Amino acid sequence: MQAFTVHEGIAAPLDRANVDTDAIIPKQYLKSVKRTGFGPNAFDDWRYLDPGEPDADNSRRRKNPDFVLNQSPFDRATILLARKNFGCGSSREHAVWALDDFGFRAVIAPSFADIFFNNSFKNGLLPVVLKEEEVDELFRRVGQEPGLRIEVDLQAKEVRVPGGPVFHFDLDEYRRHRLLEGLDDIALTLQHAQEIRAYEARRREEAPWLMEGR
Amino acid sequence: MTGQTLYDKLWQAHAVREQDDGNALLYIDRHLVHEVTSPQAFEGLRLAGRKPWRADSVLAVPDHNVPTENRSAGIADPVSRVQVETLESNVASYGLRFFPMQDLRQGIVHVIGPEQGATLPGMTVVCGDSHTSTHGALGALAFGIGTSEVEHVLATQCLWQGKSRSMLVRVEGDLRPGVTAKDVVLAIIGRIGTAGGNGYAIEFGGSAIRSLSIEGRMTVCNMAIEAGARAGMVAVDEKTIEYVRGRPQSPSGEMFERAAAAWRDLVSDPDARFDRVVELDAAEIEPQVSWGTSPEMVVGITGQVPDPEKEADPVRADGMRSALKYMGLTAGMAIRDIRPDKVFIGSCTNSRIEDLRAAAAVVRGRRKAENIQLAMVVPGSGLVKQQAEAEGLDRVFLDAGFEWREPGCSMCLAMNADRLEPGERCASTSNRNFEGRQGQGGRTHLVSPALAAAAAVAGHFIDPAELEG
Repeated sequence: MQAFTVHEGIAAPLDRANVDTDAIIPKQYLKSVKRTGFGPNAFDDWRYLDPGEPDADNSRRRKNPDFVLNQSPFDRATILLARKNFGCGSSREHAVWALDDFGFRAVIAPSFADIFFNNSFKNGLLPVVLKEEEVDELFRRVGQEPGLRIEVDLQAKEVRVPGGPVFHFDLDEYRRHRLLEGLDDIALTLQHAQEIRAYEARRREEAPWLMEGR
Repeated sequence: MTGQTLYDKLWQAHAVREQDDGNALLYIDRHLVHEVTSPQAFEGLRLAGRKPWRADSVLAVPDHNVPTENRSAGIADPVSRVQVETLESNVASYGLRFFPMQDLRQGIVHVIGPEQGATLPGMTVVCGDSHTSTHGALGALAFGIGTSEVEHVLATQCLWQGKSRSMLVRVEGDLRPGVTAKDVVLAIIGRIGTAGGNGYAIEFGGSAIRSLSIEGRMTVCNMAIEAGARAGMVAVDEKTIEYVRGRPQSPSGEMFERAAAAWRDLVSDPDARFDRVVELDAAEIEPQVSWGTSPEMVVGITGQVPDPEKEADPVRADGMRSALKYMGLTAGMAIRDIRPDKVFIGSCTNSRIEDLRAAAAVVRGRRKAENIQLAMVVPGSGLVKQQAEAEGLDRVFLDAGFEWREPGCSMCLAMNADRLEPGERCASTSNRNFEGRQGQGGRTHLVSPALAAAAAVAGHFIDPAELEG
């Protein structure tokens, strides 16, 4: 997994609450058996005026000029500024893969849906929770100065705006450490293989109906 | 020491290792797998040269992409077909339990788990699918995971989890006639909002929840995720134990009695403390209809489409305006005056036998209204379909001009051929009314099976109770 330490980039303002994973990546693209290639279809229904299918040539589809990610400089954004409950709905990790493939490294919002939040860390996409008024302030700054480059620092747990405020964010140490190092979760867990086997042995005594492989 | 919640008990019983930072390595008893969220996990496993830790914990089934008619012809869409074939090849190479499309036991993963006794009280259950919360109705800790976590569970049988806060949603009193589990959970979501349960595990309790059947409780727990909570659950009672008894993968004989004794302890202690308690009066809940593009945008059948101009929160008002625009509705319009084009009865929320009975009871002896272009019933599994046919429910629907289909997720999310066309309006028993969910430009109104059936015969939304006599 790619590590995340500090990232500086253009922030795109996506000014709506409850953006769901169906909107981030519509269902027809979930038929892929790969992890890559979802970027051109991120926010597909909002981004294009023509309907999309998995094998369509996206470069030939008409783009919706009103959608923020179709507007310069936000088409080059690497930080997404969002509203509350971002990533709600389906558990599809394809939503994270699509944002990553588009080029996003971080999403800043007042709150995230739990499964999306988890999935992000598995792919090196950093979800940053700031206070509602801090997110408001970022929307305001980006509105005044499109193309403003924001710095997201996982080491210091800070979001910094040039010549402007520094916002602190909290994150549990376990997740932060893994993301800073880009560690493989499975390899780490397998270091506890003996404990897992010991648990299984105990459960075979306590609750054999769960362990007998029916 | 204060008592434990049901969630505390389930958590504690499955913690292989607890760390000082509050994270625990949780052991997973049952891993349900479907074709959409698993291919990349199996590929990851293979690339790393790993094998499933406990192959016998897995039950795999194709459900999202499968066609609901003319199954003998196979899957027409080549992309869908590859995904289902990929699952077939993965389960074959690792020797996993699998119900193929032609198997009578095939169906929606959250219908067949409980049906087979593959999900049991006291289990931890995961699936790469957010509606895994359904299985919490049996007194299990069940939650949806992403594909990386699917790979993690395959490889280690465990997941690292931070413990959620606990919420009790207590619904006390008697439900009015015609008010169902679906109406209860929609009313709960309307109350706490789609982010209300973020960071929480929800236990549903109170006399109205206890009075629900196990299938009704599944409908409620299914939509915990629409309230923002990854896990929803209901305490075990004698209904739970009788539901589980005799199922193909349930324990039997003496082992069942031993298990049942343990399951009876799967209730929150009387002195257990919850981080948040939400109370609803069952008698105040009407049949519900969603009007917008988020499940929290819901009102009673006697209500009106709300007015964004009266909403104080500007972000919320904007959300309402864009929802009304997308849905083609105007503020103040009576819910009863909304006329669907299509009706969908199915999904992991409402495709079990009791759901089909409830819909059939409304439809019996009536005809689909002229303005309804399509009314389709998609049973949750081959076994549900077989049971419904044994009861003659298929005839009731067919005689009324409905279509009777093969089991799968179908038009809940339109990954197969069943979908809405742009602008079409659907009365749907599914769980999400997001933009484009049932087909690009499609407009979804979430309702109970009885209300969907009533809309199909009346041609507009109506309280099923009004159709009586």
